[in-house]
Amino acid sequence: MAKTKTKRLSSPQELEALRELIVKGRDPNQSCIVICGGTGCLALGAQEVINAFKQEIEKGSLKNKLALRVTGCPGFCERGPLVVIKPKNILYQQVKSEDISEIVSATVKGNIVDRLLYTDPDTGQKITYEHEVPFYKKQKRLLLGDNSNIDPTIIEDYLALGGYATLSKVLFKMSPDKVIDEVKKAGLRGRGGGGFPTGVKWESCRQAQGDTRYVICNCDEGDPGAFMDRSLMEGNPHSVLEGMLIGAYAIGSHQGYIYVRNEYPLAVRNAGIAIKQAGELGLLGKNILGSGFDFSVKISRGGGAFVCGESTALMASLEGKVGEPRAKYVHTVEKGLWEQPTNLNNVETWANVPLIIKNGADWYAKVGTEGSKGTKIFSLVGKINNTGLVEVPMGITLREIIYDVGGGIPDNKKFKAVQTGGPSGGCIPESSLDLPVDFDQLTDVGSMMGSGGMIVMDENSCMVDIAKYFINFLEGESCGKCVPCREGLKRMSQILTDITEGRGKEGDIELLERLSATLADSSLCALGSTAPNPVLTTIRYFRDEYEAHIKDKRCPAGVCRELVTYLIDEENCPGCGLCVKACPVEAITDMGKKKPVVLDQEKCIKCGACYDVCKLGAIIRK
Amino acid sequence: MPTKSKPAKPKVKAILDSYQGDPSMLVSILQDVQAEYNYLPKETLTQVSQDLDIPLTRVYSVATFFKAFSLKPRGRHIINVCLGTACHVRGAVRIRDEIERELDIKPGETTEDFKFTLETVNCVGACALGPIVIIDSKYSGQMKPDKVKTLLESYD
Repeated sequence: MAKTKTKRLSSPQELEALRELIVKGRDPNQSCIVICGGTGCLALGAQEVINAFKQEIEKGSLKNKLALRVTGCPGFCERGPLVVIKPKNILYQQVKSEDISEIVSATVKGNIVDRLLYTDPDTGQKITYEHEVPFYKKQKRLLLGDNSNIDPTIIEDYLALGGYATLSKVLFKMSPDKVIDEVKKAGLRGRGGGGFPTGVKWESCRQAQGDTRYVICNCDEGDPGAFMDRSLMEGNPHSVLEGMLIGAYAIGSHQGYIYVRNEYPLAVRNAGIAIKQAGELGLLGKNILGSGFDFSVKISRGGGAFVCGESTALMASLEGKVGEPRAKYVHTVEKGLWEQPTNLNNVETWANVPLIIKNGADWYAKVGTEGSKGTKIFSLVGKINNTGLVEVPMGITLREIIYDVGGGIPDNKKFKAVQTGGPSGGCIPESSLDLPVDFDQLTDVGSMMGSGGMIVMDENSCMVDIAKYFINFLEGESCGKCVPCREGLKRMSQILTDITEGRGKEGDIELLERLSATLADSSLCALGSTAPNPVLTTIRYFRDEYEAHIKDKRCPAGVCRELVTYLIDEENCPGCGLCVKACPVEAITDMGKKKPVVLDQEKCIKCGACYDVCKLGAIIRK
Repeated sequence: MPTKSKPAKPKVKAILDSYQGDPSMLVSILQDVQAEYNYLPKETLTQVSQDLDIPLTRVYSVATFFKAFSLKPRGRHIINVCLGTACHVRGAVRIRDEIERELDIKPGETTEDFKFTLETVNCVGACALGPIVIIDSKYSGQMKPDKVKTLLESYD
């Protein structure tokens, strides 16, 4: 790593000179071991792998031959911990600390460790290079691509790739209006969920009356099953900062905030390091690069409230108050934080900005559909083979994402639905899988883009249970300020609980629909007005499942505990005893070898542990 | 303002100083206080209110609004069961139920011996590992109901 003295840069020339110095000090052909140090891989044990690499390199005195870089998330979480050997991009997956000495010695000799390569499940072939793995093939990683080229705690890595050159261009060669025009022309729409045109928002904020303007980066990614903002903030925080700086210049703001979930400790840490390093180089603070433009950024940590993703609630929380939303008859771009004009965008939106200004609006607008430009990052999770983060061009079909990128459904199960848009979104059935993914198409089928969670469900997922899950979630997260949301969600939760516990009545579906309409019309903020979406889409596409619960007192997917009974199929049970060991309440008795086991219905808590372990189909779920 | 409670805590003072007594940083300040004491003792709320010169009612409303704060002492080990959607469809509820049964507490409660506090979290973004249980800061992925007992027994 090129160590550079931290000296404030006071002109674009000094920035370029520093960049040249960094690039000159690095050999592009030197082998570099890249390890994902994102939350997903760390949870899978990446820290031990990192430590083992450090030791091995130290031990063999290989510092001159091998570089080591701990980076943010490259996306393929399913196969973590991930190791990529640059510059060739050899991908090793599910790497353990005991594999390290083999990887190091092979890399030094220019060899490949075959057994750690990814195997294509369709062809059985080993795949050597990252970009040839099917998971990556259909992706277009404009934002995530740099994650594996950057150690987020080293600003020099970002500078080496041309970082902050766009900021320098903006400060010295572009007027604020020109920047706004470019973002408008690119067709960038807010990635936080609403899809509002970013350039238009900036323009309104710039034109609003006020003494001080604020810009905010929303990293309060509260949608369950979504982690793209976290991965950008963890993996490439400077790209977000550069986007905020460009936006602040265009809007005329000198103070920014990053509002980040406290449940994302690594994102908090890396954002803090990035702010400190950028400040030391004079890329934040007073008189940035000698341009006369001042801008600083503070981090504020969220307290675990989903509603704080809503802009007015977030701003209340930033002021040190309870995170309750307010009615938006006056927009936040006019009166937001401290009653001043405030522009809020989410992490992914900010990260798109430097790309647009660097490459031009026309270049950016070539990717995507008529109404939705650029790429979108989705977190593809649930019942899917390749769990992970995927960045795809707008307009790709759901089928391509789920089957080509995601590798389909595990255990040959049947696809049932995909839930997009988080708790405000909806469930999309198989009949709509060929839908091109963009803001408007998803809204047309009753769901929404949201921030980009994509949860895949198979035949074993109960759609009534999913609706109940989201309503219960939102009931818990409702701030309680307005009645339709506070009371409406409570009643909807009661009705859905009754249905899933066998107390459903004729007319419940219609009552849910009526309550939904009331919530959509009369709630104060988007949390309440979009809350019915999961219920409405599951009724629309899976009405038969609701009816099975209500009329036949049956859960077709076998999820709703009160409607399910477990039985032993005596003909198929060889008495192997696996289920006896798995049962947490000793409800199953071993009757000796080759004799079927006996299940005591009185003791059974219907946890399903026996069903999961039995590979012979001898446990029947009814 | 009740001032007869225990004497001021020097650690709270240090935390307040690190934020230059800025009332807008209330949420972060309370987070740091909780990290120090494991919960928010009553006297720390009073002290925060006095030093920041904001009403105790407001400190209390913030401390009770956000899920991250606890006004009751918590156990030595904090168990967080992820109930994000990805974990949910992979059976997280069964894991939570099993922990509840094993420890005889509900989410938000602490065992009598103050060994464990059970909490739930809406998503930690480690969805590839779901269902996931985090104890203190250690992640245990691909949990099954029959693995719960062994996992809990590995803590003292």
